[in-house]
Amino acid sequence: MAKQQLQMDRKSFIKVSLLSGAGIVLGVNFLQSCQFKNDKPIDLEALDYNEFNAYIQIANNGRVTIYSPNPEIGQGVKTSMPMIVAEELDVPWEHVRVVQANLDTKNFKRQVAGGSQSIRFSWLPLREAGATARQMLINAAALEWNVSANDCSTSDGNVIHPNGKKLGYGDLVVKAATLEVPTEITLKNPEDFKIIGKQAKNVDNFKITQGAPLYGMDYFEEGMVYASIIHPPAFGQKLIRFDASEALKIKGVSEVVKTGNNIAVIATSTWIAFQGKKAVKATYSKANKNEDSTYFDQLAEEALASGKFKKVREDGDVKKAFKEADKVIERVYEAPFLAHNTMEPMNFFANVTDEIIELKGPIQTPELTAKQVARNLKREVDEVRVEMCRIGGGFGRRLKGDYAIEAALISDKIKKPVKLVYTREDDMTAGWYRPKVKYKIRAAIKNDKITGYHLTDISVNAVVNKQRANFFPSGAIDNLLIDTYKIKSKVTCFAWRAPICNILAFAEQSFFDELSEELNIDPIQLRLDLLENAKKHKDQNMEYSPERMQEVIKKVAKEAQWGVSKQGVYQGFSAYYSHNTHVAQIAEVVLKDNKPVVTKVYCVVDCGIVVNPLGARAQAEGGIIDGIGHAMFSEMIVENGVPKSNNFHQYKLTRLKDAPEVVVSFVDSKEAPTGMGEPTLPPAPAAVANALYAAMGKRFRKHPFVKNGLNS
Amino acid sequence: MQFKLTVNNKKYEVDVDGETPLLWVLRDSLHLVGTKFGCGVGQCGACSVHMDGVITRSCLLPVSIVGDANITTVEGLSEKNDHPVQIAWRDIDVPQCGYCQAGQIMTASAFLAQNNNPSKEEIKEAMHGNICRCATYKRIEKAVEKAAELTQTIK
Repeated sequence: MAKQQLQMDRKSFIKVSLLSGAGIVLGVNFLQSCQFKNDKPIDLEALDYNEFNAYIQIANNGRVTIYSPNPEIGQGVKTSMPMIVAEELDVPWEHVRVVQANLDTKNFKRQVAGGSQSIRFSWLPLREAGATARQMLINAAALEWNVSANDCSTSDGNVIHPNGKKLGYGDLVVKAATLEVPTEITLKNPEDFKIIGKQAKNVDNFKITQGAPLYGMDYFEEGMVYASIIHPPAFGQKLIRFDASEALKIKGVSEVVKTGNNIAVIATSTWIAFQGKKAVKATYSKANKNEDSTYFDQLAEEALASGKFKKVREDGDVKKAFKEADKVIERVYEAPFLAHNTMEPMNFFANVTDEIIELKGPIQTPELTAKQVARNLKREVDEVRVEMCRIGGGFGRRLKGDYAIEAALISDKIKKPVKLVYTREDDMTAGWYRPKVKYKIRAAIKNDKITGYHLTDISVNAVVNKQRANFFPSGAIDNLLIDTYKIKSKVTCFAWRAPICNILAFAEQSFFDELSEELNIDPIQLRLDLLENAKKHKDQNMEYSPERMQEVIKKVAKEAQWGVSKQGVYQGFSAYYSHNTHVAQIAEVVLKDNKPVVTKVYCVVDCGIVVNPLGARAQAEGGIIDGIGHAMFSEMIVENGVPKSNNFHQYKLTRLKDAPEVVVSFVDSKEAPTGMGEPTLPPAPAAVANALYAAMGKRFRKHPFVKNGLNS
Repeated sequence: MQFKLTVNNKKYEVDVDGETPLLWVLRDSLHLVGTKFGCGVGQCGACSVHMDGVITRSCLLPVSIVGDANITTVEGLSEKNDHPVQIAWRDIDVPQCGYCQAGQIMTASAFLAQNNNPSKEEIKEAMHGNICRCATYKRIEKAVEKAAELTQTIK
């Protein structure tokens, strides 16, 4: 076991309270010691990455309740984070009950689901929380038995002494509550883990299969009314006036009100509120008719011609490299806007009274949203209570709390508790989209080596930032330039699962496949050689580890039998580091009746210690199929400033028959764990595009493939 | 208008417009919220229920058409959450966000009631209409296979 002296007074961050008849609660309020000071900053703008906290309750009967503080959007943290606490507390996983904590800025920090950072940031703090509680129970037993605490140990929720004495945690909680918080704790050695690394099922499975009311959409309380909302049809349009007389004739519609730039219909049921929407006649300012795909393409061409780019990273002498090159390879890769399309449409409950602002619903950023609601209502943030629930999908959409603010504004206006529900059409057309992207990549080749690399990013509203510019191939090519041009648009853009990387990885990993062909070298060997070069550079800003990258690449090559001819099977390779996790994939395509079918994807992941292999594998399976599905089929078309697709009949999402088999394996690692919610998605589209090329001899450089030359 | 409904073998009376989709009667009038709203146009399958055992998209079904048909929702699929499909879903650990899973479970259970020894292709065909945005598809496939095995064992 590893002794650990903490750098601070533990009393200042752990509070133990005795609950009458119900055991103790440890409120763990971590401060500076848990900040990852040496880490490079996480750049998901607008997110407040602070420290992290936890609550542990131990009842008199030894039952343990762990309050899972972070929003659960399907990424599995409601299962995996409590596993970490239970491990160090040394209780059987079966004895642990997991409860979703509510927004509590006094006791929790970083209550955010985003950037695949929940596990990475909480790993040490959660272990320390569990170990501290365990040490207090040991100290209580030692006093009880009048022995040295150093001679005591724990097992399965009991403190034990070599002389045969044994007491359950439940019998020790009252005494433990009276003790000083220990200054020295002992963390387990990873070899001794009993819970971490074992397959744990989703803690909410029973309730989900039963149809229990877990989601914001399911919330009901007596006296509440239902609201639907009408947003302007085009991005940037202003509401001028509206006529609600027809809507108010519908039985059950009680009010139609203006809130900000929107109109809310208040009714006795969701359905009636939806019907009321259709009957409202609204007049808006003129839409920006220019905003469509052709217009954006034109702007991109103009940007390319202008040469006015912002340099994000520059190494060596790129100009010279291209000037002296034997050959220059240039390719353009493109992708459209994408909607998030969470299965649970946006919704929120709000009850704004003079005393308190109650909010309940699906949100990835409860703390930020509470602040924004307070600001919008001109109230104090400590008047806001946010109750969190299981979330029917996030993918970045619910980092934005616009719909929670709307619900609060409506409740404030009508002075009633209200549940706002978006129709699917509202959800798809008034969202925050994955930016439309165009990447031009050039490589300078001299003596069959890549001597220069120049990536130009022309995107709508969001471009490659400093952090992502430090991903591969930065550090691996001597002369490298990454520059950007941001096209400004009224189309609201924001993070979409694995922001930027979800398309940057496609462009770059497709480009390296094309380069390997030009250089007549095996695509995997090309990556391994470049990573070898990256090792020599020892670049301080480089985000990835060339060693760990090489390891996942070699492992996936072995598992997929890369280079071994399989009859009628065509393989494509791709590897990418993002969200602190290294991933390599090989996709397989077969031709059925001359049409390509993606049958299988091999995926090797290095995410450090795998906390919950069952959950981590689920994230990889889902992430890969999600990435491939969107690359193949999905597109949000904007015409005259208006999103053209508004429901699933006009926006194809991947379905069961499209889904390939996914074979996931993990690198055996003792490194601290990193997140799994996003990093398996970015490499997948290029693995498929490269396999399609192997099968068909045709390059797919523009998403969605089915609209751009793929006959599937 | 007054409508008499039989849901999960229980009788209910609701006073709603006849055009109201069964989905919203279940959710807002009867507070049976296991049946989910996903798209409202019959494209995603989150609202799937059984109408006299037949899989039905409740978001497109006006309550006036239900008549005396017996409606089964996920809450009424089994008494103890132990229908073979429910057991298999937990055993294979299918859910990620979980929102679409009630619809998936209802589709799978109606399908297996017709065909308890399906081929892989038949499973894919039967489940193709239900969207899962987390893409738990491979586990859905496995869980349907597992549920078929369980169904056969029980019989």
